[in-house]
Amino acid sequence: MKLELRGITKRFPGVVANDRIDLVIEPGKVHGLLGENGAGKSTLMNILYGLYGADEGQILIDDQPVELRDPGDAIAAGIGMVHQHFMLVPVFTVAENILLGAEPLDRFRRFDRNEARRLVTELIERYDLPLDPDALVEDLPVGLQQRVEILKALYRDAKLLILDEPTAVLTPQQADGLFASIRGFTEQGRSVVFISHKLREHRAIADSVSILRRGKNVGTLDPRTTDEQEMANLMVGRPVSLVIDRPQPTVGEVVLDVRGLTVTDPTGVRVVDGLDLQVRRGEILAIAGVEGNGQTPLVRALTGLQGITSGSVSVEGRDVTELTRKEILRGGVGHIPEDRGAEGLVADFTVAENLVLNLWDAVPFAKGRSIQFAEVQAHAERVVEAYDVRTPGTTTPAGSLSGGNQQKLVVAREIDREIDLLVASQPTRGVDVGSIEYIHEQLVVKRDAGTAVLIVSSELDEVLALGDRVAVMFRGKLVGPFPSPVSKEAVGLMMAGVDPAEALQRGDT
Amino acid sequence: MAVDASEGVSRRERRFAAFSVLVAAVMIGVFAQGRGGSSATFVLNDARGGLFTLPNLVVAVVPAVLVMAAVVLAIAVLQFTRGFGARAVPVVGGVAGLFAVSLLIWAGAEQTVSLISLFRSTLFAAIPITLGALAGVLSERAGVINIAIEAQLLAGAFAAAVMSSILGGPWWGLVGGILAGVLISGMLSGLSIRYQADQIVTGVVLIVFATGVTSFFTTQVLARNNALNSPDRFGSYAVPFLSDVPIIGPVLFNQTLLGYVAVGAVVVLQFALFRTRWGLRLRSVGEHPKASDTVGIAVLGTRYKAVLLGGVLAGVGGAWFTLDSASQFSREMTSGRGFIALAAMLVGRYSPAGAFGAALLFGFSDALATILQRLPVPIPSQLLRAAPFVVTIAVVAGLIGRLRVPAAGGQPYLKQ
Repeated sequence: MKLELRGITKRFPGVVANDRIDLVIEPGKVHGLLGENGAGKSTLMNILYGLYGADEGQILIDDQPVELRDPGDAIAAGIGMVHQHFMLVPVFTVAENILLGAEPLDRFRRFDRNEARRLVTELIERYDLPLDPDALVEDLPVGLQQRVEILKALYRDAKLLILDEPTAVLTPQQADGLFASIRGFTEQGRSVVFISHKLREHRAIADSVSILRRGKNVGTLDPRTTDEQEMANLMVGRPVSLVIDRPQPTVGEVVLDVRGLTVTDPTGVRVVDGLDLQVRRGEILAIAGVEGNGQTPLVRALTGLQGITSGSVSVEGRDVTELTRKEILRGGVGHIPEDRGAEGLVADFTVAENLVLNLWDAVPFAKGRSIQFAEVQAHAERVVEAYDVRTPGTTTPAGSLSGGNQQKLVVAREIDREIDLLVASQPTRGVDVGSIEYIHEQLVVKRDAGTAVLIVSSELDEVLALGDRVAVMFRGKLVGPFPSPVSKEAVGLMMAGVDPAEALQRGDT
Repeated sequence: MAVDASEGVSRRERRFAAFSVLVAAVMIGVFAQGRGGSSATFVLNDARGGLFTLPNLVVAVVPAVLVMAAVVLAIAVLQFTRGFGARAVPVVGGVAGLFAVSLLIWAGAEQTVSLISLFRSTLFAAIPITLGALAGVLSERAGVINIAIEAQLLAGAFAAAVMSSILGGPWWGLVGGILAGVLISGMLSGLSIRYQADQIVTGVVLIVFATGVTSFFTTQVLARNNALNSPDRFGSYAVPFLSDVPIIGPVLFNQTLLGYVAVGAVVVLQFALFRTRWGLRLRSVGEHPKASDTVGIAVLGTRYKAVLLGGVLAGVGGAWFTLDSASQFSREMTSGRGFIALAAMLVGRYSPAGAFGAALLFGFSDALATILQRLPVPIPSQLLRAAPFVVTIAVVAGLIGRLRVPAAGGQPYLKQ
């Protein structure tokens, strides 16, 4: 299916989300859409899927103009969409989710479960995307949930598949699996629109890339012949640095000292298993690892969010395992949590309120029992300015900012005070290139100011770029740390469980 | 949840065990002391007589109570030492059941109690609760919280009484009840779906509205015109042959029309919600409306239909009060049955069959209280009349377990 967008314009109150966008998607090709958060990628795709109406412009399928008024029209026209936030009913089975809206009925007009199972099994086999048709979606890991979402579109025989930020929820290995599936679709003559703000992924999978910036298509190019720097500059609209400028660290005394830390989950599994680590003043220790190897419980144990089973955690020589979260934070620990939506911010609170969440009852933001709103306000204005948080105002609800700016808000709150230790978990997850650059700079600045920084990330590039020492977490144990630089291949092998000595050797050659 | 043997049984099970010990203490300390009679007689036959007659059941009070107390104590010991794991809640239910049986035996000493009429009253009292709970299930499964069941029952009772009186016939009354239930549903759906009002507040407002309007017309109009409040009522209808089967026959197959409707609605809805396309779509709208929308299901239309169909059922439940139960409408005569229906829906975990089971439990406590009031038992009748509400609180607070509510319940759906 050939799809063409001509002059698509969509205005929301106060912004032009899409400004006369032209786009041609050829049959059997992967067309990438690259752009920062808020550049208009999702808006454009929602127009294509009939969820929004365009104010101006035309959509042509195989050179025929079409009108897509609702998702039903789009589905009928052969367009399928895998939404960034999955459109799946968690308490339904895989089969029910795939067939919802197009259910097979038996003679008595009942939902025919046997036929449903057969159809879905056939679909799973045809596209080689293994799944249990009777599993409940809520029991599946996100990678498999995404598979359900893809099969849902394929069941409706989508000739054009829109994948909205599909890799945001995947580990690198799962992303590779997804790319293999995408190649399979294009071989069958289907077209794919692949949305991501990760340059590397476009180079890996896309045949052509259109770059959106502030609602405009600023260029369509071939990602295989264009270098990443050029794509990044086009996307952000100014030259950005993809390499972090990181002077040699000046390392001081040990701040965080973890010995024999063991954390068990409710079922008794040792998710963190006898772990030792030290982080010193003025250095960044970066921990890589495939998600689910104990990074989350480690961070939660260090910041007092989870109890420990045995071992010790001390900060500046003080045992913190018996302290409350508040005592830990006030004692000089900053924490950038892995999920800003769930733990970093209160979406309905204003920017100013979010900026004092960790100090709301301390001088100068509170006097006795009353909050000093003028102080909170002045603080917010200074921080927003100093940390380049792009927001209409300090009284805007934090939830209405773009992902990158929400994350900058969290980072700003955690580092804009004197701290001895900063624990940053997935500090740039779901954040655009411009903001990543900025956040990375800030982490290095904090390091150079004498803070001990611990970064946990599943982005291998981030770990390698930031870590003065690099470690890998595998099945609750720490491999390393190794002094930087360590080769990417070596760390990748250790993430897969290869013995460190062998990994370092193989990685070097 | 797996219980680690080394850590002993969970705190929840220890609490259940303490409950069992308390129950056994009452059984031994009060019921086993007897009330001056040695045996209780239970009648197993219908008053109508019939093709078959069963002998009366004569139970020796003290030994029967002691045996049951011993069973409860044994359960308590097991609860303390080993735990019942996944079956913990049914076991507590069993303990409560044994308590109820021994209470009945104790109260029935030197008396004759008809078990048939106890069961019939149970089912009879469960009718409005069942129908109300079904209205709740339908509405909430589609994502609209309906706490206005009480309003639907009350309006249905009022309209049924008036329509039946004016137009002369219970069928007209039934039509009136349905119209009133749908009217309340219409207001609920319009306000909460179209205008996206807060559904809890809307529900409360509708209850106040229905109470106020029916009370006003009762005191100002019906009180002066008795002809408007003397409805023709449904009689009971015995199914040929089936109603002659011992025990089951008189209990299940000799009901009034609304009883058959209630049981039928439970069966049909249980099937429709979980086995048909209609049910799948309805549930999807209550769980994840946006997902439903993206596959072409009309979210708002589905919600309207679910709430309005709920109104039909609750309206029928309301008609029970004036066409089956009492001979005329009186102010606030539903006396909280709508809230018990809400509880039945929760205890039944949003399934029609579960809600019916819970409704039977509440109906039983109602029927038991009624029978005990007639027996010479040293319990104040006010306390007995509160029994259904006490059971409601106990069940909802204690046995509800981890309840899975429809994910989109209470959230209006906005299309961009």
